[in-house]
Amino acid sequence: MSIGDIIGGWKARWGIGRMDYKVKPGLYAVGKPDGDSPVLVSANYKLTFDILRKNLTSLDCWLLILDTKGINVWCAAGKGTFGTDELVNRIEATRLADVVSHRKLILPQLGASGVSAHEVAKRMGFTVTYGPVRAEDIKAFVDAGYKATKEMRTVEFTFKDRIVLTPMELVPAVQMALPVLGALFLTNQFAARPFDKKDVTAYLGAVLTGAVVTPALLPHIPGKAFAWKGWLLGLGWTAGYLGLSKRFKKEDRLMSVGELLLMPAVSSFLAMNFTGSSTYTSPSGVKKEMKRALPLIIGSAAVGGALMLGVHLFFRRKAK
Amino acid sequence: MNHRYLKDVTTLSLSANQCVGCGLCAEVCPHGVFTVNDRNAKITDKDLCMECGACAKNCPANAISVDAGVGCAYAFIMGWLTGSEPSCDCSGGSSDACCS
Ligand code: SF4
Ligand code: SF4
Repeated sequence: MSIGDIIGGWKARWGIGRMDYKVKPGLYAVGKPDGDSPVLVSANYKLTFDILRKNLTSLDCWLLILDTKGINVWCAAGKGTFGTDELVNRIEATRLADVVSHRKLILPQLGASGVSAHEVAKRMGFTVTYGPVRAEDIKAFVDAGYKATKEMRTVEFTFKDRIVLTPMELVPAVQMALPVLGALFLTNQFAARPFDKKDVTAYLGAVLTGAVVTPALLPHIPGKAFAWKGWLLGLGWTAGYLGLSKRFKKEDRLMSVGELLLMPAVSSFLAMNFTGSSTYTSPSGVKKEMKRALPLIIGSAAVGGALMLGVHLFFRRKAK
Repeated sequence: MNHRYLKDVTTLSLSANQCVGCGLCAEVCPHGVFTVNDRNAKITDKDLCMECGACAKNCPANAISVDAGVGCAYAFIMGWLTGSEPSCDCSGGSSDACCS
């Protein structure tokens, strides 16, 4: 992999110019494949394609790249773009049946939610074998005679997996915070009780707690619902920080109560959004969690926000 | 570290009498929900199911049913706001990291 590829991958993860990270769909040769070489199917997302290339260096094979609009296998399978129809069309368009003599395809296991193996067999005469979840295991899978171990079949969600995803949570969270901070900068010019560095720190800390710390510590935080986990840590952060900054003294108390209502709600909301990145939350579960948490989050944030704004605009701190 | 999500929420169900024992459900499930012994599929731990739909889609005997979809809060919010089906929309560049 060149340095360009690495920078490209980094940019894609942080959501910079992400839509350009497509590979042209079609049939690619890896090494020196012939008519008997295995055919691996994948998505046209550049990161996936690069990881595959990196892990297939010692294998001669064909890569059939489906048009998933530059989206990875799993998400594309969920949307149906990595699906039976696209696979059938791509087999026809590339005339794969003329290129290889066998009738076997290896699909990534995570593509299975979009592809129906028996339907592909019925329509095209190709049998589908599902390979391992992770591209890193492809080599071992092929060497073992196209057999995957239980580990290769199971999706994990390790500390590293979770950390890699946090920029995607953090960037929009910061984007959303900017106009609010901008507005407060303006009101600060005339407000009775201007917001200071500590208020901003409390807020940024709450954002980090929800978007980064909660995902990082996920399985170690008590409870199951993401919103709950985020709220718990958010409360811990806010109370701890305000306590250390001596913000529970009389003249600051009302503001601090507002912050205790608003900040954990922010963390909770961001943590709940991380369900979109997780690899084990069911839609039914997320729906249930949201129905309970969202009204509480909105209520708490509204009351807390109103209280803070009221103090900010009208309550002059007593001069010391 | 094993992740566990909410209990008793998944819509997964198996009609064991329709099963032909091909083993594909166990092969495709990313959370090891199924075991197939003596050509008979069994659900081991229902609460591990994330409703991805892979098993149902690949069962040749139509023995599995599950309400498949994306478990993504952002998708639901957008779905509720716009009155459309929740989908993992990757074009917005918002917190849709399920697509990374
Ligand atoms: S829906 Fe997905 S997670 Fe649930 S049992 Fe089927 S394959 Fe496994
Ligand atoms: S995929 Fe269907 S037929 Fe095959 S083992 Fe599972 S339940 Fe039985």
